[in-house]
Amino acid sequence: MQFKNPVTTASGCFGYGEEFKDFYDLGLLGGIFVKAVTGSNRPGNKYPRMAETASGMLNSVGLQNKGVDNFCKVIYPKIKDFNTQIIVNVSGSTIEEYVMVAERINELENIPAIELNISCPNVKEGGMAFGVVPSTATEVTRAVRGVYKKVLMVKLSPNVTSICEMAKAVVDGGADVLTLINTLLGMAVDAETRRPVISTITGGLSGPAIKPVALRMVWQVFKAVDVPIVGLGGIMNTTDAIEFMLAGASVIQVGTANFIDPMVAPKIAEGINEYLDRHNIASARDIVGALKVC
Amino acid sequence: MKKFAHDFKVVGNNPLNARHFVLELQAPVPLPEILPGQFVQVLVHNSPSTFLRRPFSVHFADYSKNTLSLLVQIKGEGTRHMGMLKTGDTLNLVYPLGNSFSAPSSGKVLLVGGGAGVAPLMIMGDYLNRKNIRPDFLVGFRSADEVSQMDQYARYGKVYLSTDDGSMGEKGFVTQHPVFATSPLPYDRICCCGPDAMMHAVAKLAAAKGVACEVSLENFMACGYGVCLCCITQTDTGNERVCIEGPVFETSRLKW
Repeated sequence: MQFKNPVTTASGCFGYGEEFKDFYDLGLLGGIFVKAVTGSNRPGNKYPRMAETASGMLNSVGLQNKGVDNFCKVIYPKIKDFNTQIIVNVSGSTIEEYVMVAERINELENIPAIELNISCPNVKEGGMAFGVVPSTATEVTRAVRGVYKKVLMVKLSPNVTSICEMAKAVVDGGADVLTLINTLLGMAVDAETRRPVISTITGGLSGPAIKPVALRMVWQVFKAVDVPIVGLGGIMNTTDAIEFMLAGASVIQVGTANFIDPMVAPKIAEGINEYLDRHNIASARDIVGALKVC
Repeated sequence: MKKFAHDFKVVGNNPLNARHFVLELQAPVPLPEILPGQFVQVLVHNSPSTFLRRPFSVHFADYSKNTLSLLVQIKGEGTRHMGMLKTGDTLNLVYPLGNSFSAPSSGKVLLVGGGAGVAPLMIMGDYLNRKNIRPDFLVGFRSADEVSQMDQYARYGKVYLSTDDGSMGEKGFVTQHPVFATSPLPYDRICCCGPDAMMHAVAKLAAAKGVACEVSLENFMACGYGVCLCCITQTDTGNERVCIEGPVFETSRLKW
């Protein structure tokens, strides 16, 4: 599959794209990774779901969505003709649920890929549980691979000892592309009330606070496996995006930055072109993994 | 509704008292119509501890000057920084966001506000006046030293006042004001914005007296435009986003 430019938006940070039509032409984006879709309706976690932290935020939304049936019947018709690649983030509590959702999404003509979410830290069952043990990661990827015929991306959790071991595990299971990283498990405390700030006590940390961790993992995985990488984690501007590409990301996702500047993603796409011009580089492909290490 | 992100110019920063001030901000393009109850997301300062935008209800929109005003209570680092802004400084806003208070075509309306929650009452008063409705205002503050803008509310309708300590107006919470003592209440609709406890109390009173009531919620949010799903509140139809389906909700729909 081809992206018209390397800038896409991260699942959970861009809705189904529709909300951003109020701000700009979605055709300016390389692609949109839409909000996670599960087998059935999930109301998500209790309020409060968010805490501002130093250079970032914690969230614990808990995969709120109306389920795959609603996605196919109600949401897909509204987004299928967006002039950009639409990739569906697929999540579940059991392997059977992942497989069922992937099978349904496989039938949708204008969805060229799914991003298997085995890294959500905010649900009691499934989610990250599948993404922190190599054997289960392989198992769920292989099961989905069996029914999903298009491009299979797997989104990895950073909450592991060895990201390379996880990357190899899902490539063994049949992943075509790796997305990394999802949020880092974190926590916020209100000293005055002596209570946790968010309802689930722990949540997923995102924003520039996690960028060095994300860059390190993209670089390590780039060297360890031979599949394309979609990189994300605290990308706020063009320079951040370039850094991820140099570390090995073919495509980048803009996540939390969409909350700070709704126009940021097309600005980054434009900025990458300016960078390439300034350095006389013909194509964005030429900087992927081009980090100079003696 | 089309939304925008622009740098506004600070054209006024007027302290109301030690804890509150009104920022007047001029748009770089003609302002779209701002409905009463709508809010803006302010990018305060690019510092590690004020990473996210802060939501503020629009206090007033002056289309002749192309400005909108925010009534801000100093709570933390972000609002402290906003309080130090000077004429000529810029502030980036995403706007206009959220739904609005419903405007009846006729009838008696009571606008209830407490503390910094009085913010949207001014633009609502103006809006209702343009629809030939003169609302009553019931505003509550902690004490006399926080009472402000009474003459400005009075331009749009009759004003009742409560202070917690009785240093000005009626003593006690707004729900203890004699305005609420009559039965039935002489109002067809109540619009309320203020601390959660106040909105709950007003909603309960309104329900008991059979008067339609809307409140403007202030849940924590990251984006303000419907994608982060952090600001949800429980309603009779499930979780709804305070930033899109709200911030204004009919209290009969809320499970709060």
